[in-house]
Amino acid sequence: MSTVAATRPLPENRISPVFRFAMLLPGGLVTFFLILFALGLVVFLAFRGNDGSLLGVGLTAENFVTVATDPLYWTVTLRSLVIAGLVTLATVVTAYPVAYYLAFHAGRRRNLLLFLVTLPFWTSYLLRVFAWKIVLAYNGVLNSAFIETGLWSEPTLAFLNTPAAVVVTLAHAYAPFAILPIYVALDTIPKSLLEAASDLGARPFTSFRRVVLPNSMPGVLAAALVVFVPTVGDYVTPAMVGGPASTMIGTLIQSQFGKANDWPFGAALSVCVMLVILCVVLVARGADRRFGSRR
Amino acid sequence: MSSVRTDANAGGRWLGLYVLGYLVFLYLPVLLIPLFSFNDSIQAAFPLQGFTTEWYRTLYGNPALSGALANSLVIGVIAACGATLCGITVSYMDLYGRSPLAATISAIARLPILIPGVIVGISLLILVNLIGLGPSRISIVLGHILVALPTTVVVMRSRFAAIPKTIREAALDLGASDWTTFRRVMLPLSLPAVLSAFMLSFLISFDEFIVVFFLAGTESTLPLYIWSQLRFPRSLPTVMALGTVILTVSFIIAASAEILRHRGLGAARRNPA
Repeated sequence: MSTVAATRPLPENRISPVFRFAMLLPGGLVTFFLILFALGLVVFLAFRGNDGSLLGVGLTAENFVTVATDPLYWTVTLRSLVIAGLVTLATVVTAYPVAYYLAFHAGRRRNLLLFLVTLPFWTSYLLRVFAWKIVLAYNGVLNSAFIETGLWSEPTLAFLNTPAAVVVTLAHAYAPFAILPIYVALDTIPKSLLEAASDLGARPFTSFRRVVLPNSMPGVLAAALVVFVPTVGDYVTPAMVGGPASTMIGTLIQSQFGKANDWPFGAALSVCVMLVILCVVLVARGADRRFGSRR
Repeated sequence: MSSVRTDANAGGRWLGLYVLGYLVFLYLPVLLIPLFSFNDSIQAAFPLQGFTTEWYRTLYGNPALSGALANSLVIGVIAACGATLCGITVSYMDLYGRSPLAATISAIARLPILIPGVIVGISLLILVNLIGLGPSRISIVLGHILVALPTTVVVMRSRFAAIPKTIREAALDLGASDWTTFRRVMLPLSLPAVLSAFMLSFLISFDEFIVVFFLAGTESTLPLYIWSQLRFPRSLPTVMALGTVILTVSFIIAASAEILRHRGLGAARRNPA
């Protein structure tokens, strides 16, 4: 063994099988069992009928027929997509200048600012949503502050229990998700590209539009994905600040596994959500190829 | 180049103001929780009614709360150990294993980012019922390992990738076995990242609500306790006091984790040996 070591076939080639097995075991168990097998169960269950048992009975596409024919599910799915779309748009558009500043202007303050924008990421999501509940409530912060400053004489109910409240709350809760991917994309743009653009006579705006923006598109799309995916399936925020008019698809899934107790149908709804996300991912991939990675 | 600089400075100042406003928007709603947790009123509303620590006193001697706290701590530590172990092994093998299986595992390990929490929750609920665990503490641990896994993989992967390849090759060439190289060379070099990954995954578990909601059964964790209290308007100030404590702890842990991660990376770059 030691004599072979002196010659240099890539060291990677001699990983011992025991070491390889031991190192792959924990990750393999978690990924194949907890992720792939569990998701497979969801898909399997989606094609079963509900008889109250754990895995249902028979083999049927009835759940999907119900989802496709009942207008309720179309409405809720559409609403979820619109809300998640608005949240994604708002988060990405507001995060972009912050990422831009971090990448090109922050200088010595960069690490501190990066730290400050990522810190909320690690605080409780539930508490961030809860904060908005006390802001928007009937006798909450916003209403009382407006009355205190004399802008309004009566508290308004218009804040809480609206889809707008859901959009604002989600946009705030997921804001930190968007900055980092965009920042990384901007930061990895070679400075020589910008210098070349300005040397060739591009004005700052032109160089932003033709050089910086296209080069940062992969980051923008990644940011859009990491915001869109958790928001489209969210059930906490609609329950907390949304009211009945902003029921989202995650709320329906959750109730199928709770009060409604129709697991196969909930599984079918989940499969539909995953398909929607798959479509969004594919569109984002396509967009990345068309607008993004042209160098 | 100089023209780029001046334009940059002019625009930079406005952008700087914008960033400041953005940070205010990011922090202001969250900071209201500590503000009103000291307010002497059931309502979270202006004007402030006076300073009190009464709500913090109600946190003491509450068996439901201390039970939830104990659960959260135990689950958080075990889940963080599991997630960190998986993160280390998955990213190490992804980088050095040279096998399609290792790359696949690493890719799947980051997949939960693309699955909404509600679906992770119900898929695990079906799974743990199928294998007979049912909703329980072990199920919550499994769920939290899964939720924290993408983070630990990303943190560990970037750390391993920052260690110059030559160090590992030198160890192997000098006759160290794979195991020795991993344990005596690569792991010590990435220790700050290991600690950082552990702390971050603990935080993720400690704050997690969406998945634990499905897996808890009769168990309770701090976020579940908060959720259960939100129904009662009277307990609003208590929730805010508890929220303040949780936020403070989270800030401290997250800050330490970030500092560790950056210090580790900086040290590796300056002094690779």
